[in-house]
Amino acid sequence: MLAFTLRRVLQAIGVMIVVGALSFTMFRFAGDPISQIVSQDASSAERAEIRKSLGLDDPVLVQFGRYFINAARFDFGMSYRFREPVAKLLLERMPATLELATCATVLAMTLGILLGVYTALRRNSFLATLLSAVSLIGISLPTFLIGILLIYLFAVVLGWLPSYGRGDTVRLGWWTTGLLTTSGLKSLIMPSITLGLFQMTLIMRLVRAEMLEVLRTDYIRFARARGLTTRAIHFGHALKNTLVPVITVAGLQFGSVIAFAIITETVFQWPGMGLLFVQAVQNVDIPIMAAYLLVVSLIFVTINLIVDILYTLVDPRLHAGAARRT
Amino acid sequence: MTEMLAPDGLDPATPRAGWAARALDSDVFYAFRRSPLAIGAAIVTLAFFAVAIFAPLLAVQNPFDPAQLELLNSRIPPLWSADGQAPFLLGSDEQGRDVLSAILYGLRISLLVGVLGVGLAAAIGIVLGLVAGYFGGVIDTVIMRIADVQLTFPAILIALMIDGVVKSALSNRLDERTMLAVLVLSIGLSFWVQYARTVRGSVMVERTKDYVAAAQLIGLPSWTIMRRHVLPNAMGPVLVIATINLALAILTEATLSFLGSGMPETMPSLGTLIRIGNNYLFSGEWWVIAFPGLALATLILAINLLGDWLRDALNPKLR
Amino acid sequence: MTEPVLSVRDLRVEFDSRRGTLRAIDGVSFEIARGEVLGVVGESGAGKSVTGAAVIGLIDPPGRIAGGEIKLSGRRIDDLPPEELRRIRGKRIGVIFQDPLTSLNPLYRIGDQLTETIRTHLPLSPSAARQRAIDLLAEVGIPAPEKRIDAYPHEFSGGMRQRVVIALAICAEPELIIADEPTTALDVSVQAQIIALIKRLGRDHGTAVMLVTHDMGVIAETCDRVAVMYSGRIAEIGPVRDVVQEPLHPYAKGLMGAIPTLAGDAPRLAQIPGAMPRLSAIPPGCAFHPRCDYAFGRCRIERPEPLQHGTQQVACHLFDAHSTEHAA
Repeated sequence: MLAFTLRRVLQAIGVMIVVGALSFTMFRFAGDPISQIVSQDASSAERAEIRKSLGLDDPVLVQFGRYFINAARFDFGMSYRFREPVAKLLLERMPATLELATCATVLAMTLGILLGVYTALRRNSFLATLLSAVSLIGISLPTFLIGILLIYLFAVVLGWLPSYGRGDTVRLGWWTTGLLTTSGLKSLIMPSITLGLFQMTLIMRLVRAEMLEVLRTDYIRFARARGLTTRAIHFGHALKNTLVPVITVAGLQFGSVIAFAIITETVFQWPGMGLLFVQAVQNVDIPIMAAYLLVVSLIFVTINLIVDILYTLVDPRLHAGAARRT
Repeated sequence: MTEMLAPDGLDPATPRAGWAARALDSDVFYAFRRSPLAIGAAIVTLAFFAVAIFAPLLAVQNPFDPAQLELLNSRIPPLWSADGQAPFLLGSDEQGRDVLSAILYGLRISLLVGVLGVGLAAAIGIVLGLVAGYFGGVIDTVIMRIADVQLTFPAILIALMIDGVVKSALSNRLDERTMLAVLVLSIGLSFWVQYARTVRGSVMVERTKDYVAAAQLIGLPSWTIMRRHVLPNAMGPVLVIATINLALAILTEATLSFLGSGMPETMPSLGTLIRIGNNYLFSGEWWVIAFPGLALATLILAINLLGDWLRDALNPKLR
Repeated sequence: MTEPVLSVRDLRVEFDSRRGTLRAIDGVSFEIARGEVLGVVGESGAGKSVTGAAVIGLIDPPGRIAGGEIKLSGRRIDDLPPEELRRIRGKRIGVIFQDPLTSLNPLYRIGDQLTETIRTHLPLSPSAARQRAIDLLAEVGIPAPEKRIDAYPHEFSGGMRQRVVIALAICAEPELIIADEPTTALDVSVQAQIIALIKRLGRDHGTAVMLVTHDMGVIAETCDRVAVMYSGRIAEIGPVRDVVQEPLHPYAKGLMGAIPTLAGDAPRLAQIPGAMPRLSAIPPGCAFHPRCDYAFGRCRIERPEPLQHGTQQVACHLFDAHSTEHAA
């Protein structure tokens, strides 16, 4: 178990180094830091001066090392456009994204599992067929169209919910939350649905497929032959075996939820990291892009690591396998 | 009691070996004829391709040509509403662009980027998959590690990154055609992993077979063996992935364009049209966004249905 | 004569398919008495396992019981509502499946699977159920049961897992055990142990056992009576010694000819030419006639009904006095 965990941690560090190198390459070579900082008519002497002060004449590896150490200290340089530290910009917007992503994931998991189990157990019912059809449409509809549709319906036509922004927020230390105000909660509804819908249909289809697979297994047949109640078989044996892979996927999905938040945040002008990133791409604000890549990768890799380790804890077979390897 | 359900004709599972060739011969087309949904999806998909190809003949104007746009004709609602005006069947936008013509031309861009993007992704993936599977060892490890790392990130994020980097490298000197190429590149580099994995898997299986050993023995070069003997066996799954990915690629292009990182407004794709239309959502010109949105959703749904069906028909296990 | 534990009369099982209705079991009748082991033997697809599944009411759709009746200790069970049938399964009928590797839920400790089954059928407290589970594991020959009870299935070998499966089957003292090829998936060295265990449990508890297998050796060793199935029907049924030593039905003859003997007096193993017909293409008359050396006109037209012949029952026109006259 320990060896397995250790190996996974090392792997994660390896991935982060690769991503760090990519991020550094972008930061250093994609945009010319000098031309972004100095004015157009700066003399070449001035430029050289700045080059030196920024350490751009040092060997690349030294620069990479410096970049890495700085990144570890959460120092990503200055944004070209905002003229502010990137770290500060990201940190300001992180709570908005995390709150949105968490809400969407909780929504997607709850509904996805419920509907998935339902459609698997009542496979031939009208509602199950309808849900399966709707889920395919849900996967086909682009996220931004769903968002726009919701805005049109609930903000423009009905006027029930705010069409953009995060509503009023409350400050808790450095964290700003929208969960404590009515307008904050109201603002959260449509973005969460928009962001969660795709994941929900994904989880629903996955749960359905897994559950049908599990229901065909010998141990479920044997559980029937042992005379266990349908309830115990469906919601004990079958569900537990279904949820192990589903939770893994859903856990891994949390990472992509944060990435997909880019789209939702743009549609709803949600002041999160994703919106910041999209604006950075449009403005070619390389430091923000590089930093976003690093931060989001860190979140991904951490989640993957946790999910992997949790998975071995949940599944006794892997648990034992990992223990034997020790 | 595994044999309990043995009665003949109840078990639709097909044997795996060489299924692709045989399935394409008969079973798939038989199943296709029997599935109204698949036929419908195929017809809709083909129709989209047809109107995209013949757009210049069908459209009343060329929306990419600023000379053809009259500001006088701006914001005309669809023909059937009270203020409708011929020839603007689906109305026009702020710049006097006919919505239907814009959709037809936008469809061209969307499909072009989608098809080229998928083609590029498949090409990269197939080559890397062949190389990884055939040579194994360090090459294999390196390629598959990269694939693993990339797979942790959603394609849209990778595409956005590539887009941003290329833009900054070209310092915003971007005309429409370069932008189109950038989009194809972003999509190609975002979607290659699945092909590589599938092809590598097939190669690993085929590599151990006797006929490959025999081919090596008579001195055929590796590349010929791979192309002529190993690759055909992997084409079935690749086709399925390509179909499913076409929908994803079109969606990615639309999303990038919607986010403002894709096609510019001077040469709009469906995504760009939706981005433009989004600005008029509050002012009541719903048709500027509704019709492009509907077209995009229908197109993706049709291809998805087709891909879903194809996947089930070719191999239920590909899930 | 006391009531048999299991009595099956004219059982028919059908599967609805695109190509019409397929009859997997067609008029099967047999009985099993208390403490008796009935072997059911036949090729794959002969309907052995479907018969077992029909008895416990677990035929998967699109299959269904189309006719006949099944009685457990004199009470009809095939027409019971699903919930009552469920209460019988695991309590009054224990089932052992073929593959112990897949019969147990990998995510549950075996103790949990045992106590769960025990408490479903018996009004016991959790601690009493756990004690019973330990006793059962000891009875099926698992060493150190009080420790192994908290192990997961994958921590057991195949043979040990089959013992756990057997413990699960007998945990509520069933009147009948249906063992569906209980040794097929196991190592040869383990097979004998498992068969011996099933036999001992049947004897000790007076349980009736229906042992489905295609291994004639197992039948000869274990069973009191044997039913030979072919194409969804019983070709011959009778005391195991009689059927093995003097099979009547030509198919049974062929089957017995396929048992290797130590004496080695047969120059080579006999083989039955051809293969059993598919369910969709069962020939009219006797299903075996295309492969039968003794087939005559009537076999191609009329289906033979079971006839008593000595201690055996045989479904073959050769043993119908009326027809042999004609044939002669």
